[in-house]
Amino acid sequence: MKFGVVVFPGSNCDQDCLDVLNDVIGQRAVPLWHQETSLKGADAVVLPGGFSYGDYLRTGAIARFSPIMRSVARFAREGGLVLGICNGFQILLEAGLLPGAMLRNTGLRFICRFVTLRVERTDTPFTNRFEAGQTIRLPIAHNEGRYAADTKTLKAVQGQVVFRYCKEDGRVADAANPNGSVDAIAGLANERGNVLGMMPHPERAAEAALGSSDGRLIFESMLEAYAHA
Amino acid sequence: MPDAQLLKRVAKSHNLTDETYRHIVKTLGRQPTLTEVGIFGVMYSEHCSYGSSRPYLKTFPTKGPRILVPAGKENAGVVDIGGGWAVVFKCESHNHPSAVEPVQGAATGVGGIIRDIFTMGARPIALLDSLRFGPLEEPRSRFLLEGVVKGISDYGNAVGVPTVGGEIAFDPAYRDNPLVNVMCIGLVPARRIARAAAGGVGNPVLYVGSSTGRDGLGGASFASRELADGDADRPAVQIGDPFTEKCLIEATLEALATGDVVGIQDMGAAGLTCSTSETAARGGVGIEIDVARVPRRAEGMTPYEVMLSESQERMLLIAKRGREERVKRLFAKWGLNAVEIGRVTRDGLMRVRDGSAVAAEIPASALTDEAPVYRRPVRRPAGLARAQRLLLARLPLPKDYGAVLLTLLGSPTIADKSAVFEQYDHMVQTNTAVLPGRADAAVLRLRALGTWLAATTDGNGRFCFLDPYEGGKAAVAEAARNLVCVGARPLAVTDCLNFGSPQDPAVMWQFKACVRGISDACRAFKTPVTGGNVSFYNEGPRGAIDPTPVIGMIGLIEPRQETRDRRHVSRPPSPVPGPITANFKDEGDAVILLGETREELGGSEYLAMIHKRKAGKPPRVDLAGESALQQLMLALASQGWLKSAHDCSEGGLAVALAECCIMEPARLLGAVVSLQPSAFPGPPITRAGAGSRQRIRTDALLFGESAGRIVASCARYHVERVEHLAARHNVPMAVLGRVGGAHLRLDSWIDVPVDELSEAWRTGLPRAWGLRR
Repeated sequence: MKFGVVVFPGSNCDQDCLDVLNDVIGQRAVPLWHQETSLKGADAVVLPGGFSYGDYLRTGAIARFSPIMRSVARFAREGGLVLGICNGFQILLEAGLLPGAMLRNTGLRFICRFVTLRVERTDTPFTNRFEAGQTIRLPIAHNEGRYAADTKTLKAVQGQVVFRYCKEDGRVADAANPNGSVDAIAGLANERGNVLGMMPHPERAAEAALGSSDGRLIFESMLEAYAHA
Repeated sequence: MPDAQLLKRVAKSHNLTDETYRHIVKTLGRQPTLTEVGIFGVMYSEHCSYGSSRPYLKTFPTKGPRILVPAGKENAGVVDIGGGWAVVFKCESHNHPSAVEPVQGAATGVGGIIRDIFTMGARPIALLDSLRFGPLEEPRSRFLLEGVVKGISDYGNAVGVPTVGGEIAFDPAYRDNPLVNVMCIGLVPARRIARAAAGGVGNPVLYVGSSTGRDGLGGASFASRELADGDADRPAVQIGDPFTEKCLIEATLEALATGDVVGIQDMGAAGLTCSTSETAARGGVGIEIDVARVPRRAEGMTPYEVMLSESQERMLLIAKRGREERVKRLFAKWGLNAVEIGRVTRDGLMRVRDGSAVAAEIPASALTDEAPVYRRPVRRPAGLARAQRLLLARLPLPKDYGAVLLTLLGSPTIADKSAVFEQYDHMVQTNTAVLPGRADAAVLRLRALGTWLAATTDGNGRFCFLDPYEGGKAAVAEAARNLVCVGARPLAVTDCLNFGSPQDPAVMWQFKACVRGISDACRAFKTPVTGGNVSFYNEGPRGAIDPTPVIGMIGLIEPRQETRDRRHVSRPPSPVPGPITANFKDEGDAVILLGETREELGGSEYLAMIHKRKAGKPPRVDLAGESALQQLMLALASQGWLKSAHDCSEGGLAVALAECCIMEPARLLGAVVSLQPSAFPGPPITRAGAGSRQRIRTDALLFGESAGRIVASCARYHVERVEHLAARHNVPMAVLGRVGGAHLRLDSWIDVPVDELSEAWRTGLPRAWGLRR
C-alpha cells in the first residue's frame, strides 16, 4: 500500500509519519509537497501535525487553500482514505471535509501528554483492528484542540465520533477531557467513514520503545481496509 | 563625516572606553565613521568579544579523542559518537531580553541556539532549558515564569524540535534578573559538518531568511550592561518567528547537502556585523557587502542600523561561484529570501558599502581575534566569610521530619515540573525514549546507531555563592551523575556562565573560582568543554545574581562490551541495555545507597526552606570519589542489574527516596528504609567527617546534600553482585531496605503514605504558580 504524506511549510510531524509508515508499518510512504497537485498514486493520504504556514490567522486556515488540498478533497470525495492528525484534523475542518471547528484549549495552554481514549467505532477503515469500547493510550500535543460544533451539527455527527477522551476505566469525565472538547470528541470521521480527523498522534505511539504501540493499529487498520477494498 | 563629539557620544553609548576608542583610531589609522563606531561597539561588547572572560576560558580542558572541532573554532561543539555520526551541541543564555520581555526573550533564545546548531549541518533533535526565577510568591516572578514558558512553548513547539529536559529553580537571588539558558543538540553525519568560514575569493555572499528591521538594535551591547529600571530597554529585544525558522532549518539542511555552500553563519548577536567579520576572519579572507541590497522591513534604515540590527531568522551564506542560482531556488521553494549582497575578497577587510559609498572598512581580524582583553581586578567578596559561617549547634532540629519532607517536596525548586514541561512538545521527532521528569537525564534514541543519547543541564547558584570553586565542581559532578544514573557515559560539556558585573572585583573573583572548579571537574571526568557562552551584568537594582554556571552535558548509552572469554563465544550478542529510570519498579527489590553521607547542610534547600538561611559551606565534591561512582554506575548499567537510579541533590536522601516512590504517577510504590548504621552490615553510610565514626545530625542525614550519592534499586538476588562490584570500585555502598507497601518509612523519623508524598510533590508548583490543574 502506498501512502502520501502532505508536507506544508511548517508541518513538523511529516517525517515522523513517513518514518512510521516506511519503517514500522513496512509500507511505502512518500512526501507530497503542498504546491504540487499530484498525489503520486497514493492509496491513502495523511495530513500530518505541525503548524502549517505558521498557523497564522487560524490553525489550518491557510493550508486549505494550497494546491495539494484541491487534490486531497477530490480524492476524499471519491472515497480515498484521508487521515488528518492534529494540525491535519484542523485543516480538514477548515477545508469542510469534516464538520465543526477547533478552538483553543480551555486551559489556554499547550498540552503535551499521554491521554486515554475510548474507541467508539470499529467499523471504520481506521479502526477495524480495535475492539469495540477498547481504551487506548496516545499522546496529544496541541494548543487548539477543543472540538466545537453547534447543537444541530453535534446531533448529526454523534454516529461519526471515532475516539473520545476518557478515564482509564473507559468512562467519559470532565477530568479526563484535556482540552474541553464538546462531548469529549478526540476523533471524528465523515459520514462515509473514509476521512478521519484526530487530535492525538498515533505516529508517536507506534513502538513500545516510545511508551505505547496503540497507534500502530490505526495504520494497520488502514492496511486491512485497503486489502479488502 | 560626523563631528568628533557625536562619534564620542555614540562610542560611549556602546560602552567603549576612551582607551578602546584610541585603539580603534590606531587600528584604522584614521577617525572611524559612525557605522564603524557601531560595528566596533557591538563586536567589542562583552557579549561578542568575551573581553573579561577570555583569559579564564582558555584554562578549560578542550581536547579529547571524541572532540571533532576545538572549542571556539565554530559556533558549537562537535562530538564523535561513532558509526560516522557526530553530535553538535551548545548552551546559550538569553537572560537580559527575558527580563524585559519574557515571551519574546525566551522565544528568540530558543531560535538563536537552534540556528547555531543547524548552520553546522546538524538536524536539531532536542532542546533543554535551564531556568531561574525569584520566589513565586512575588507577582513579577510568576509573570516572568509564565512568559518564559510561553515563549519556549510557542517557539520550540512550532519549530518541531522537542524540549526534552532541563531544570528550574527559584531563589530570591534571581528576582530582578531571571536566567534563561537554552541548550540545543543536533545530529550530523561526521563528514557533512558545515563550517562558519568564508573562503574562495570571488565567491558570492548571500543573505538568507527574514528581512531586516529595527528590532533588536544593539542587543549585544544591551546584554553587556546592567538592566535599567522600567521599559527603556524594550526596543532592544528581538521578535521571533518560528514558522520562518522551521522553513530555514529545512532549506538550510537541503542546501548544505548539495555541496553548493562554502560556509554559513547565523546572524545572531550583532547580526550582519558579527556574521560577516567572523566568517571572514575564520577563513583568513575579506568580505565586501552592499547594505543597499539587504532586504528590509523598515523604511529609511541607515547603514549603521542595518549592520547592527538583530532581526531574527537571518543567516549569512557563502556559496560556490556559479552555484548561487541553485541555492537561491532552494530557499525560494521554502518561501525565503536569498539575496546576493556581496563577495569574498582577498584583502582581509570587512568592507560595507551603501550603494557606491563606503560606510565601513575594517580589518576583519581587528574585530574578532584582536578585540581587547580586560584584566579585571579580582577580590574575595567582603561578606563571604560571614555567610560561610554556620553554627549547627544553634540550629534547632525539626520536631516532625515527615512534615519537613512534605514541605521540601512541595517547594517549587524540588516539586514536580509537569506543569511546565507539558506545555512543551517533548515527543515530536519520535525519539524521546524517557518522558521528562521520569529519569535523571533526558534520553533520546539514536535510530541510526541503535543506541541512546542522554543530556542534562545542572547548576546550583547557592552553592556557587557560598563557595564558587566547590559550586563549579558540583555543577559538573551533578551533570555527570545524572547521566550515569540513566546508564550513559559522560562525553562532553557546554556551559553558560551567568554572573554579575565583571567590573565588580568580587564578581570576577567568583568567576575565576567557578571556572577553576569546572575545569578541575571536567579534567577529572574527561569531559572536555566544547563551547558555550558567558553572560555578565546579570544585576538588578538589588545587586548581582548568585554566580550560576550552568553545565550542559551529553552522554551515550553504549552497547555492552562483549567479553573476550572464548567459552562464551557461542552466546548471541547481548542487547544494549535500555535507559534506567528513577522510580522504584517492584515490591521486594533492595534499596541501595551508593556514596558517602557527611554532615553537610551548608547551602541546602532544607536550610533555605525550613530555616530561611543561605549559609555555610556547600558540600565538598571529591572528584576521585565521583569518578569511581561514575565507573561503578556504568559497570552496573551494562550488567543490567539496576532497576532504578536517582541521584541525591536538592533535599538530600529523604527527598531522593520519596521521589523514587512517586515519580511514576501510574505506579506509586512505598519503601521501608533504615539509615541506622547498626541496621545493616557493611561500611557505615554516615560519617561526620573523614575518619570519624561519630553519628551525624538527623536533619543532615535526611536532608543534607552531600555530593556523590545515588539511590538505586535492584532485585534481591543481585544485591551481592552489586556489593562486590561496588567494593571493587571502592565506592561505599549500603543496603537501606526494600521497596514495597504504600508508605515511605524511614526508621522512626518518617512514615508518610506515598499518596501524600505524591500530592505534595505534584501540587507544589501549580499551587505556587496559581495554575488551575
